[in-house]
Amino acid sequence: MAGLTPDLLAMQVFAGLALGAVYVLMALGMSLLFGMLTVVNFAHGAFYMLGAYGAVALLGYGGNFWVCLFFIPLAVGLVGMAVERVLIRPLYGRGIDYPLLLTFGLAYVIVELVRIGFGTEDLPFDTPAALTGAVNIGIGYFPLYRLFVIAVTGVVLVGLWLFLERTSYGLIIRAGARDPQIVRILGIDVGRVWLVVFGIGTGLAALAGLLAAPLQGASPDMGDSILAIAFVVTVVGGMGSLLGAVLAGLLVGVVVSLTSLVAPEAAQVAVFVLMAVVLLVRPQGFFGRAGLMS
Amino acid sequence: MPRDAMLTVEGLQAWYGSSHVLQGIDLEVARGEIVCLIGRNGAGKTTTLRSVMGLVARVRGRVVFDGADLVGRPVHARHARGLGYVPEERRIVQGLSVRDNLRLGLLAAGGRRREADAIAAMAEIFPRLAERLDQSAITMSGGEQQMLAIARALISGPRLLMLDEPSEGIMPLLVDEMFDLLRRLREEGTTILLVEQNVELALGIADRAYILDQGTVVHHDTAAALLADAAIQERYCAV
Repeated sequence: MAGLTPDLLAMQVFAGLALGAVYVLMALGMSLLFGMLTVVNFAHGAFYMLGAYGAVALLGYGGNFWVCLFFIPLAVGLVGMAVERVLIRPLYGRGIDYPLLLTFGLAYVIVELVRIGFGTEDLPFDTPAALTGAVNIGIGYFPLYRLFVIAVTGVVLVGLWLFLERTSYGLIIRAGARDPQIVRILGIDVGRVWLVVFGIGTGLAALAGLLAAPLQGASPDMGDSILAIAFVVTVVGGMGSLLGAVLAGLLVGVVVSLTSLVAPEAAQVAVFVLMAVVLLVRPQGFFGRAGLMS
Repeated sequence: MPRDAMLTVEGLQAWYGSSHVLQGIDLEVARGEIVCLIGRNGAGKTTTLRSVMGLVARVRGRVVFDGADLVGRPVHARHARGLGYVPEERRIVQGLSVRDNLRLGLLAAGGRRREADAIAAMAEIFPRLAERLDQSAITMSGGEQQMLAIARALISGPRLLMLDEPSEGIMPLLVDEMFDLLRRLREEGTTILLVEQNVELALGIADRAYILDQGTVVHHDTAAALLADAAIQERYCAV
């Protein structure tokens, strides 16, 4: 363990936060969909992948990274809304396993369509020129792009918080996550709210995939491993809890990052060990409500 | 029989799964009336209110409100026509303040009333809530939560207010306050359909009442006549 200086550890924690930021974006969407719609979205990884491939396509047509950052989450969010409207909506009220199976199958369809359109190989994804290089953050040089990922996630979190806490729509979503029936009784068309929530959730997944692409490239199955981790984050944070998703996402990112420093091959396993420990101590996760799944 | 029917329910049947809960309910509520549904637990009172509001998936029959049949229409469309419903469990939203619970009741009405005015109007009717607007709603007593549930349904200005067991689990002093309030609401033009376990209390405020048993209406009369008829009360309402 020679060479494990405090600075190196601090850097690794920071790298973990950047990784965790991507998990947070994924888990927020999943938690929102589960908390409000009781949809366990197995296609969330596919929407993540669509974020990266949407950018590949748009860049191919001469768009730049900044245009992608704005339009891709919007476009994928619209795809998500179409999916909710056409495929998921008929399944509400039929139990949790119907939308689960549907999204499970949908993920395969989306991934295969991308394979047909873009090929099966990994595609490189350049870090935008303005964000290459590293900056001194006091404890050492840290890649600028990773800082950017943390910053974008921060901005999204603040925006989402303001939306939920300060707008009428946010009030409906907060109330609907607790008790959709009373929201209906008070005359609100929850179908419209659910549509918007699905759009937000899938848009966030696309943003996560887009932000991850310069770090790892784009591949049709890039959503598989992140889906598993996002599930862990959602469960550890407490299903349906947004604050839980944020804290657990960052925690899992740091755990992966630190484990890969000492034992890279154990990094993925560490995530599941963390989940097992948390669930043994607190079955509902950090901020989850007990019995939500029953 | 009332002449100016606001709500007419005809042959209403409802199922939960395979259980046939309502087996043909007929009732009418006239504009400006307070009508009460009484009967034992499981007689179908709550299911009747829920079916009128559109919360029961499998129903048959007619629910005519202001001339339009509501069966098959979504809950929000019924609310938009002027139906308000305060469910038995009150369903105060945890984690929201009193004010946000009230705002929630107003959102469906869109820009029809200014939010501040509407909340001020409710605060005037419910002084107990006025002092607690920014308090977390769930920290209030059961009676105060019931007041909030009623205020939240009233704030959008429903023409027919349906209340399920408003006196349940509330201290007597507050129950009196609440029933005084219901009388005042009626005087101001709100029609009320009430389900109430406390028969004497219910018949004391109602104009007419329907007695339900095993999913059907077994008897109906003016409240005064029912109040005088100990045999009927004994037969269908004694616990």
